[in-house]
Amino acid sequence: MTTTPEQDRFPEQDPTPGVDGTVPQLSAPEHPATAATRGDAGHADDARVGNADAPGNTSEPVGTDWPTSTEGLSPGERYVVELLRRTPAPESALNRLHGRLEADAGGRGAVDIAYTTVGTPVGVLLLASTEQGLVRVAYDVEDHDRVLQTLADALSPRILRVPGRLAVPVRQVQEYFARERTSFDLPLDLALSRGFRRDVQRRLLDIAYGSTRSYTEVAALVGSPKAVRAVGSACSTNPLPVVVPCHRVLRSDGTLGGYIGGLAAKTALLELEQAA
Amino acid sequence: MSTTPPFERVVSEHGATVLRVCRAVLGSHADAEDAWSDTFVAALSAWPSLERGANVQAWLVTIAHRKALDLVRARGRRAVPVEHALEPPGHQEPDDDEVAALRTALAALPDKQRRVLAYHYLGGLPYADIAALVGGTPEAARRAAADGRRSLRTTLSREDAR
Repeated sequence: MTTTPEQDRFPEQDPTPGVDGTVPQLSAPEHPATAATRGDAGHADDARVGNADAPGNTSEPVGTDWPTSTEGLSPGERYVVELLRRTPAPESALNRLHGRLEADAGGRGAVDIAYTTVGTPVGVLLLASTEQGLVRVAYDVEDHDRVLQTLADALSPRILRVPGRLAVPVRQVQEYFARERTSFDLPLDLALSRGFRRDVQRRLLDIAYGSTRSYTEVAALVGSPKAVRAVGSACSTNPLPVVVPCHRVLRSDGTLGGYIGGLAAKTALLELEQAA
Repeated sequence: MSTTPPFERVVSEHGATVLRVCRAVLGSHADAEDAWSDTFVAALSAWPSLERGANVQAWLVTIAHRKALDLVRARGRRAVPVEHALEPPGHQEPDDDEVAALRTALAALPDKQRRVLAYHYLGGLPYADIAALVGGTPEAARRAAADGRRSLRTTLSREDAR
């Protein structure tokens, strides 16, 4: 084939000029409102594909070469099929498309949980947010894939990596680790905890930067002085470590107790706050 | 316990396949990217209600088929005018000559043959499922694939001979 680059670049297209006198570009990024209108029109159809008799719901597996084996084809036809399979889907295009999906889906409220990751002195933290606010902070050691699956099970599987929706929490976490911030100013979503644990976690927000409390003291603070052990489990199941400062709760004898991010992380946070 | 994975995993596992299918069906990379995005936005909405154990890739290819049709209808033109089967500026990715020749040959196929080939060989759909999408019998879809393969082979060997 011998098309010239000029032909490649100037495909014949609708010559109708746009309002501003320019010819609409084939590749023009589309206005979010346009995308929303068009996508909504297709929604009724989309719901149907989940039906049991829809073709997408066959139980047959899709293997790499099943059901599309090239056995029995002539060499020429096999070449054609192999060439078809060689058509590229480059990483660069997929990254660009992911960004577009973030904009298209996020703008339409289809993403229930947005997440991103941020590197810190205590490892890579996963930050996840609902419409209500930050819902989960997770340490590396918790296994981010598992954490995301837990979020899918507990809240919604409409989970997408949308760093743009986490820009504010990310910045505040970075400031905290840079000792430029002593308290977080973020809407929080405590949907992952209930009852007594949630009460305790909410109360932990009152423990000031650089100070510590014992589990016993926190139990008294929440009005259940005998529930020391329950306070311990409220701390160890804190869905928002770092931001909800369970690291500031120690044993009465001053030893660390446990920590969801590991004791080294707890020590690091306490030292960071002392040094400030 | 049956669980639904986070949708992000669907994108990372099937994004490339859906892009290949969209590119093969629509030709133009810009149109293919519109269809890809429409497909995943729609899939994200429907994701929690998809039956457990459903074939996710086949489900996505089905949505992509509908989104590609929507695009073609909305733009009121045939699926792949050959002139549009080329990259707009700013989106160039080097195709090797063989792949470029294949794209042109694909664009020249009748819509049904092109779709059947894409859904079968790139999307992994069995002919019975494809027939449900493009109409006709599974046998007719199988024949369309055979006609398409032969036609591509003929076109490409003519290219070679030049």
